[in-house]
Amino acid sequence: MAAAPESAGTGKSGGFLHWIDQRFPLTSLWNEHLAKYYAPKNFNFWYYFGSLALLVLVNQLVTGIFLTMNYKPSSAEAFASIEYIMRDVDWGWLIRYMHSTGASAFFIVVYLHMFRALLYGSHRKPRELIWIFGCLIFLLLMAEAFMGYVLPWGNMSYWGAQVIVSLFGSLPVIGGGLVEWIRGDYYIADATLNRFFALHVAALPLALVFLVLAHIMALHEVGSNNPDGIEIKKHKDAEGIPLDGIPFHPYYTVKDTVGVAGFLLLFCGVIFFAPSFFGVFLEEPNFEPANPLQTPPHIAPVWYFTPFYAMLRAVPSAFGTQIWGVLVMGAAIVVLFFVPWLDRSPVRSIRYKGPLTKIALAIFVVSFVTLGVCGLKPPSGIYPLLAKICTALYFAFFLLMPWYSKIDSVKPVPERVTDHA
Amino acid sequence: MSDQVDHSRRRLLTAATVGTGAIGVAFAAAPFIASWLPSARAKALGAPVEIDASKLEVGQSVKVVWRGQPVYVVRRSAAVIAAISNHNALLADPGSDDSLQPEYIKASGAVRARNPEYWVGLAVCTHLGCSPLGAFEPNNAFQVAGTDLGGDWPGGFYCPCHGSKYDISGRVFKSMPAPKNLTVPPYAFAKDTHVIIGADEAPKST
Repeated sequence: MAAAPESAGTGKSGGFLHWIDQRFPLTSLWNEHLAKYYAPKNFNFWYYFGSLALLVLVNQLVTGIFLTMNYKPSSAEAFASIEYIMRDVDWGWLIRYMHSTGASAFFIVVYLHMFRALLYGSHRKPRELIWIFGCLIFLLLMAEAFMGYVLPWGNMSYWGAQVIVSLFGSLPVIGGGLVEWIRGDYYIADATLNRFFALHVAALPLALVFLVLAHIMALHEVGSNNPDGIEIKKHKDAEGIPLDGIPFHPYYTVKDTVGVAGFLLLFCGVIFFAPSFFGVFLEEPNFEPANPLQTPPHIAPVWYFTPFYAMLRAVPSAFGTQIWGVLVMGAAIVVLFFVPWLDRSPVRSIRYKGPLTKIALAIFVVSFVTLGVCGLKPPSGIYPLLAKICTALYFAFFLLMPWYSKIDSVKPVPERVTDHA
Repeated sequence: MSDQVDHSRRRLLTAATVGTGAIGVAFAAAPFIASWLPSARAKALGAPVEIDASKLEVGQSVKVVWRGQPVYVVRRSAAVIAAISNHNALLADPGSDDSLQPEYIKASGAVRARNPEYWVGLAVCTHLGCSPLGAFEPNNAFQVAGTDLGGDWPGGFYCPCHGSKYDISGRVFKSMPAPKNLTVPPYAFAKDTHVIIGADEAPKST
């Protein structure tokens, strides 16, 4: 009864790790999520983007913390404090460019990560919650990026905030009051900047980190999908280890290191040689301070929002309200949450799906990219029409999915993964 | 006393406790939500502003800031005022029935002004709040943001963000992203040409 609990029943000499393990599940966590987490051995190029998203998240958190040490979240000082960081703070320019380039990199990586899920059916049963957590992360990431874009208090920051906050004003009855509540003033003002700062550096990152943890925990509960879209847990050896599985560490930690190296090469290339990326990552009107009296001649959000922005613009107002465009834009995000149930194909992976699915996916990718271009361009010439067509195609991809995925032909699915090394 | 646990009683008490707690949480949340409303300082800074419009030449405009929003004061020529109803058929809301303005502005009809010579309205597009640009003389080939509005442009406002066009009374043309005419704030005249933006009546001079 009075025996020391640490040594009871183990008979091992102990050591520091043992001392820790008696008090905190360090070894079991390490094993569960890395050393004895068995991932399919046929991961390909597309599987880099999950770990890269994690890398970019860490980059944003670290550089962000250092930026807050010199940034002033007030309308009078914000713009100048960014210039101060860029010119006077030692290496401030590097930290800021890492953060601003990181924002764009985040979306590149996340868009490719989501596309991978669509390719290989990673959202299908039993991985629906992984997908839903992922969609929530995407949603929060958009809010985070938007508020971060407001902080430099350049003219595009200001007018971008004006446009996005006004979206809430299109809601019937509560719209006007809601907008005033969000802004904390009768216009986008100091109060707005200050609260966006609080949300950007504290509330949303906290929520993001929790969601990322939930995303990974759900993934490790059911196990990773793979390019063949089959369950490796169906074939296990005598010890219950999947025959087609390899421990995440060291195999995929090493593989992902290659991805990290490739990614950093491109990432640093942008930071050092084209930090504004030709006005796409950092827009030119944002190099002048916010001016409430002067809208930039052409307002375009940062590139990662432009597909959704193009949808917003593609829908004309009707019945005296412009809420329809807002609803369409919102629906474009909401529809993502339902993808696991819209896909009725008997197989998961594109490898064993038929031509209908492949054509649909190709049309979807083309229309999404086209929407992105339309959102960057002024709303004249061919672009409004193009945006309308591509908006329709975007929704057709999702809303017709229950039918074309069902009637599409399928190829026989192998029992074991196909890429034997 | 019974040894049996009275589960229905326990459920009721638990539910009652949770319900009371939820009401408490709602009340505790109220101050945090209310802290996002415009502060006393922001409200105080929203007071009316005054501008002497007689300094404007015909065809000129000035933007003044009221509650942080740009407000256009435009001096219109007699010819522009005379032609103002000619394009009513092209407008989405010629009578300003679905638009925001004080009653006395709506009653003034196509000129949408207390004094037809001076037009006052928010330079805030009713689509998504951008600031429309103005060209107030007819037949200007009006070029902005790469968009040629054409030689027959009657003069008015053009929003560079999403291409909404308004006439010179701030009335929106048909099939534009903007759903409503430009909003007219409450305003009044003092000393004939002094515009007081943000008040329905001029303060009585003492």
